[in-house]
Amino acid sequence: MIDLTQLKSRFSDNITESTFRDNHRLVVPAHTLYPVLDCLKGEYGFDTLMEVTAVDYLEYEGATDRFGVVYVLLNTTSGERLIVKTFVNLPAPQLPSAYPLWKSADWLEREVYDMFGIVFTGHPDLRRILLPAEFTAFPLRKDYPLKGIGERHNFPVITRAES
Amino acid sequence: MAVGLPENVFLTQLDAAANWARSNSLWPMPFATACCGIELMATAASRHDIARFGAEVMRFSPRQCDLLIVAGRVAMKMLPVLQRIWLQMPEPKWCISMGACACTGGVFDTYAVVQGCDRFIPVDLYVPGCPPRPEQLLAALIEMQSKIKQTGTLMGGEFDRRTTSTGPAPFDLDELRRSREMQPLVNLEIYTPPSLEDAVKAGPRRD
Repeated sequence: MIDLTQLKSRFSDNITESTFRDNHRLVVPAHTLYPVLDCLKGEYGFDTLMEVTAVDYLEYEGATDRFGVVYVLLNTTSGERLIVKTFVNLPAPQLPSAYPLWKSADWLEREVYDMFGIVFTGHPDLRRILLPAEFTAFPLRKDYPLKGIGERHNFPVITRAES
Repeated sequence: MAVGLPENVFLTQLDAAANWARSNSLWPMPFATACCGIELMATAASRHDIARFGAEVMRFSPRQCDLLIVAGRVAMKMLPVLQRIWLQMPEPKWCISMGACACTGGVFDTYAVVQGCDRFIPVDLYVPGCPPRPEQLLAALIEMQSKIKQTGTLMGGEFDRRTTSTGPAPFDLDELRRSREMQPLVNLEIYTPPSLEDAVKAGPRRD
């Protein structure tokens, strides 16, 4: 397992490290996220961003923040994986984009934006990726009803006579 | 004095002749989006052999087809595509909604899946099943043929009379309950376990 004491001493405030089975996890406050990712890429050799995703902690027992954003990094020379997690809150959940570090962040961050409405500042092209462009809600938020709020009904009805 | 017909000549109506030709050479447009599409392929393959009913010419261009088979769930993002395909098909044309998802949305009652393609395009025949067996699709095809033979006309006048949608209304009463669910919650961060009192007050859910 990779030794991160140097990194933790440099970004002294509130970086917690934990492990669960073979998961190596790092919880970082949002304002130091980008420098930490930069350091992990430049000095620890995490050259691949495998995954960016988010969790909505609404009504989650013991949770203090609304969204957790999770970055899974991979060091392709050592095979080491690291999970970096940070928290953001409403009304304007916002994080710096990891696109300058890893180009794979492009679509991953678009997907997180699409489903959770978390804005990644500095992203070159932050549009919806899966849902139609006209969609206004963020459906993976827990306060969004499963059946939607009428988006499925806003299409013209074609009758047989007019087609 | 009765005039006998020469050999190899028979009398019929133009409508019946057109229906006979149309019903025995349906060219399907396979709109296969899910597992029903696999059954559709099985129907076309050698064991079940849709060619026995003259419908083996699957064309992947809607301009060459006259039978739209909606096989599988229709995502909300896919519905404009489906409508466009339907509008691109030349007359006369028919539509089979195959499987639970295409007919009603099936188990996917979510914001992203259209709850039955008949809400937005006209459907002639529904095939139940999840997914339907190839035999069911063949039965539907035979049913479609007999429907064409019974109701079809040369100029397609029977289509012009269908001026109203036969499917359920796109907007249903359920919408009201859904908008209530959208009320913002108080104390977002605090965990509140669901209580029996609230459940009793809310009454049974209709769905």
